[in-house]
Amino acid sequence: MAASALETLQQHLVPTAGPATLSHGCLVFTLSPAELVPTVRRLRDEFAFDIFLDVTAVDWPADALRFEVVHHFYSTLHKVRVRLKMRVAEADAVVDSLVGLYGSAAFMERECHEMYGIVFRGNGDLRPILLYEGFVGHPLRKDYPKQREQPLVPYRN
Amino acid sequence: MATPFPNPVRSIFDTTLRDDSVFVNIGPSHPATHGTVQIIAELDGERVLRTDVHCGYLHRGFEKECEDHTWHNLIPYVDRLNYVSALINDFAYCDGVEKLMGIEITPRCRYLRTLLSEYSRLVDHLTCLAAGLMELGAMTAFLYLVMIRDFMYEHLAALTGARVTYSYGRIGGLARDLPDGWLVRLEEILVQYEDFVGRVHALVDRNRIFIDRLRDVGVISTADALSFGCTGPLLRSTGVPRDLRKDTPYLAYAELDFDIPVGIKGDNYDRYFVRMREMDESVYMMRQLAQMLPAGPINVDDRRCTFPEKALVYSEIESLINHFKLVMDGPGVPPGEVYCAHEAPNGELGFYLVSTGSGTPYKVHVRSPSFVHMGAASRMLDGGQLADIVPTFGSINMIGGECDR
Repeated sequence: MAASALETLQQHLVPTAGPATLSHGCLVFTLSPAELVPTVRRLRDEFAFDIFLDVTAVDWPADALRFEVVHHFYSTLHKVRVRLKMRVAEADAVVDSLVGLYGSAAFMERECHEMYGIVFRGNGDLRPILLYEGFVGHPLRKDYPKQREQPLVPYRN
Repeated sequence: MATPFPNPVRSIFDTTLRDDSVFVNIGPSHPATHGTVQIIAELDGERVLRTDVHCGYLHRGFEKECEDHTWHNLIPYVDRLNYVSALINDFAYCDGVEKLMGIEITPRCRYLRTLLSEYSRLVDHLTCLAAGLMELGAMTAFLYLVMIRDFMYEHLAALTGARVTYSYGRIGGLARDLPDGWLVRLEEILVQYEDFVGRVHALVDRNRIFIDRLRDVGVISTADALSFGCTGPLLRSTGVPRDLRKDTPYLAYAELDFDIPVGIKGDNYDRYFVRMREMDESVYMMRQLAQMLPAGPINVDDRRCTFPEKALVYSEIESLINHFKLVMDGPGVPPGEVYCAHEAPNGELGFYLVSTGSGTPYKVHVRSPSFVHMGAASRMLDGGQLADIVPTFGSINMIGGECDR
């Protein structure tokens, strides 16, 4: 069941999303940021990927396209997962938001935004969520020193 | 006068919707909610018009910290994500690393991990239900359930050495095998569990006050639950039998006989009942597993991740070097990435791991069910009564450790 669904997906989604690879049971597509929303819409409407599981990023500071934004989707019908990966540069770290397609996007994109500084175009609420108002920098970037402290309330000696 | 400190959160609401409505701030440290969460609610009398849920008060930089330690050293950290069912975090994380390394765990380890996962689920549901019932005033039910839970904590402490945060999983196996008589004591506890959960059923299930407080409160539809990424009991309470243990079987779940309890309409009562029934299924599974448990080693014989025997470390040079390299450099995890999901008590717990081939992870990301469910919380709270925020929030069972990471 799961294997056949993956094969169908691998064949039919290629025109939009490019060739896919299978990694530990999860189908991986590498696409450009512009292709994200059309691909996700097809995933949701044609291939029954009804749960948007997760969005995060991986920081590769040495690369020109520094951030790899990673989305995970799950289909409760086919019981398979799909991973979409796209690269964006630090100067133009903008990815389209999925708030129009999935309710869960609003919260998860907020987290990715504060941790990596990636802007989700179309998500109107990118306030800090795990961090606090006024936090400087993006802590999960590799160039943010782990020891750096920004206490909101100054320490007492 | 003390200096005023800046507000850590900024409410999304600027002006009230109506002239006579007010904003009320609930939390982050409120005696009636378990979990450090702040809810800014706009109230019309006792009715909640809209809410803005803020989490993050327990954020401690888990993912950042993970990038600075070896793969082995993370095990105590992942314990502290969902600290009510720490073993499931351990096993999900170890499973992810094992997938990257291409390791197949031993049969005994596979069955033991399944058994302990179900044990953890039982403990987690007991805690959630006990706290949820107590918040509605059912102190007797709370004491019954927490008493059983404490038997289980002590029983798990006999196995792992700790009551709550066990650090019991190992990459490629487990920390140690079962002590003598552990399964005998397990059966004794399960018999007591059945007695006391039966009493809770009798006290609560058809209790008029309880039904009035929970039926049709905090309702979420199937479509909304899916759109907001809800998984676990929250999704099942809407009537959808979606469970990773059945849908994408891992560990030994494919060999077990069990049902997936579902609710009718996704309200608080359904979530209570789904959890109660899931505990019975867990007990049923644990009894099957105790019968099926094979003999044999609990750790794979793989020098990349398994520590050599202590006696050998002290007596032969190869084992000493092996031990030293594992401690100093960490296990050799080949480059790659993996998303590994287990059915945690609250929903899909996923670990997204990226390795560049060193002994330290390049990235660890946790897809925690609590965090995603917090995004859906407003859907369940808006339009309800102020007093219903507490039971609804309790039935979502937000765990600060995994929500805020």
